[in-house]
Amino acid sequence: MATTTTGRAGHGAGARTASGRRTLLRLATAGSVDDGKSTLVGRLLFDTDSVLADTLDHVELVSRRKGLDRADLALLTDGLRAEREQGITIDVAYRYFHTPARKFILADCPGHVQYTRNTVTGSSTADVIVLLVDARKGVVEQTRRHLAVASLLRVPHVVLVVNKIDLVDFAEDVFTAVATDFARLALSLGVADSHAIPVSATEGDNVVTRSTRTPWYDGPTVLSYLETVDDTPVAVGADLRFPVQYVIRPQSAALAPWASAAPAVDGDYRGYAGKVESGRVRVGAEVVVLPRGSHATVTAIDTPDGPLEVAVAGQSVTLRLDTDVDVSRGDVLAATDAPPAPVREITATVCWLAERELTVGARVLVQHGTSLTKAVVRSLDGSLDLTYGAGGTPTWQPAARLGLNDIGRLRLALANPLPVDSYREHRTTGAFILVDEADGWTLGAGMVGSSAIPSGPATPSGPATPAPATSAAPVDAPSAAGGAGTHSAERSPA
Amino acid sequence: MSAPTTTAVPATSEPATPGALAPPPLSELQALESESVHIFREVAATFRSPVMLFSGGKDSVVMLHLAAKAFWPAPVPFTLLHVDTGHNFPEVLEYRDWATGFYGARLEVASVQDYLDDGRLRERPDGQRNPLQTVPLLDAITEGRHDAVFGGGRRDEERARAKERVYSLRDEFGQWDPRNQRPELWSLYNGRHLPGEHVRVFPLSNWTELDVWDYIEAEGIALPTIYYAHQREVVLRDDMWVAVTPVTPVRDGEQVEQRSVRYRTVGDMSCTAAVLSSATTVAEVITEVGLSSLTERGATRADDRMSEAAMEDRKREGYF
Repeated sequence: MATTTTGRAGHGAGARTASGRRTLLRLATAGSVDDGKSTLVGRLLFDTDSVLADTLDHVELVSRRKGLDRADLALLTDGLRAEREQGITIDVAYRYFHTPARKFILADCPGHVQYTRNTVTGSSTADVIVLLVDARKGVVEQTRRHLAVASLLRVPHVVLVVNKIDLVDFAEDVFTAVATDFARLALSLGVADSHAIPVSATEGDNVVTRSTRTPWYDGPTVLSYLETVDDTPVAVGADLRFPVQYVIRPQSAALAPWASAAPAVDGDYRGYAGKVESGRVRVGAEVVVLPRGSHATVTAIDTPDGPLEVAVAGQSVTLRLDTDVDVSRGDVLAATDAPPAPVREITATVCWLAERELTVGARVLVQHGTSLTKAVVRSLDGSLDLTYGAGGTPTWQPAARLGLNDIGRLRLALANPLPVDSYREHRTTGAFILVDEADGWTLGAGMVGSSAIPSGPATPSGPATPAPATSAAPVDAPSAAGGAGTHSAERSPA
Repeated sequence: MSAPTTTAVPATSEPATPGALAPPPLSELQALESESVHIFREVAATFRSPVMLFSGGKDSVVMLHLAAKAFWPAPVPFTLLHVDTGHNFPEVLEYRDWATGFYGARLEVASVQDYLDDGRLRERPDGQRNPLQTVPLLDAITEGRHDAVFGGGRRDEERARAKERVYSLRDEFGQWDPRNQRPELWSLYNGRHLPGEHVRVFPLSNWTELDVWDYIEAEGIALPTIYYAHQREVVLRDDMWVAVTPVTPVRDGEQVEQRSVRYRTVGDMSCTAAVLSSATTVAEVITEVGLSSLTERGATRADDRMSEAAMEDRKREGYF
């Protein structure tokens, strides 16, 4: 537990400086319909002074119209008319608030079972999942479902908000029972870091302000947890991955006046623009250009603010190489030690996000990094049954098709080789989306390699088995075994 | 001559911590800038004919600045489009033309006045022209065969926008269907669309008003002068300070006052009000914005006050 509250010296917790050294944390909320999620989010916004007077006026007006005796904070986060009419949240909404230490981007994900795809969407970029339960009900099926999603998407931190603690008279034993239940479940699903907090969102206990009514709880409030949780990008691998987005060639075009202070460049300048997705790149470093496999040396890291010696994960920069070989969009520049092997077949966990169904033989497009390639679904090796009971773990069941909100294991044959990573180590270059070739719809979210949720009967000690050293092995050696017909078995990485 | 490589490493790089496996997180502004640059490059690489809406307003200026940085040292690889309502502040039009040159871009103007003059549009009884922008905008998109249109919308502006994707698919009529949005995962933006459809792209989706101001300060970005406090003749109308202009003349019973005001948004003169202010620098504006008790749109945009779902209605119709 200590890992969640320990502030790190150096950065993050410090006050914002003139140079804007406030950092950015992305979170996603999840919970069942009546757990008070909208109220919690409203409370976070309200208590951090992120709600301005005219918005609050509006909420009070609507609350009065609905016959409520006080402002319903949940109304702060109800965006669309259909939601207002039905009183439910149907789509991911993004909220923003900040404290001196951090800016927060909150993906507010709907609670209904049928909207699991929204939880998947919100979780894909989240550093932290804020999961709600009703203290009176404890961990329920929807909690288990959302926690499994958080585990699959490898969200680094999960915080359980045990809400409505006022309705159980702030009873420590109720909280402890729920928290223990949850910790066991998180461990069994391989969630790296979890923490539980007793909260009353309606009354504000332990959201932003420490409650005097839970003296037995000495951990952080929800906001102080969010302010201090370790935001080192742990889910980003240490090895360089730089998908080339765009080739910049000014071809002697005149520089605009704004750029007069930027470094001068040659007429034959050729730079490779992209974002460092993981690791870091240094001037002088040798890189391998994938999928081709040729080597090159980085001669410069350019930005209009001046050249850099090193660029790190998250930075958009432009690289120059000492080679004239044709490097173009879709290529990935990778560290020479342990580069991903380009493969023509991938095994992946896929969250299906579309109404139309997925069956074996379907033709789809795979968008991975900056490349797009055609693919065929070779086999469907099971779908995840998330309706597992207390004390159990989710299981992979044989499946002939995937429908909306289903999570499946499948094997894809690719028209062109892709240098994919295992999602376990590389949350960015291990991810892809499936796209409908005909109408362009986003069909599914894919995660390459073995799932965080193991197949087969749950072993008492084991499901957590954190990435059994899949380190550098090519994620999916094409295998003859385990083709169509074998359902339950998840094929382990080669 | 190539770029020198010996310059001191700017603050963007991490301190040398030997042995540290993961780099420390970027600062908030670095992360936001980097995300926006990434979006610009994705669009430029995958769409045939993008265009950027440019009004001279602060969000569109920040967008243009980011676009210029994204493609440096090459020029911005798409044109700018301004839908001119004919009710713009002269200071903003002057700035628009200056900024286009400063950033080395090309500008096209679609004029609502032209549509009124030749009868394709009719003036509304309330005199507001913002609702009239939709037709010239969609015509310009169709005529230019633009398949991607950058807009400066931010999710923190308004409740309907909180649910909009970075890539927002529009049909032939420019309509947004909030019930039928594609999921947007990781930073994998899906821009595929059918003929006749186009994609609105919002590179500032995750920026707040305060972020925009912080960035303007950090980057030293010039803005139209009316963003800063200046003396102006105004009247108090519906609890908003409205400038006395040819399109917003004094009404009976109103008292003209000379006040120190600035604008928080610089849209159509007929529906944009000023706020009382003494802020003459970015830092002073930031102080005011941080302390202000009104949201940006609520304080000064009459058109959003029309109904609870005003923005959502106009977005469905193809407005940004």
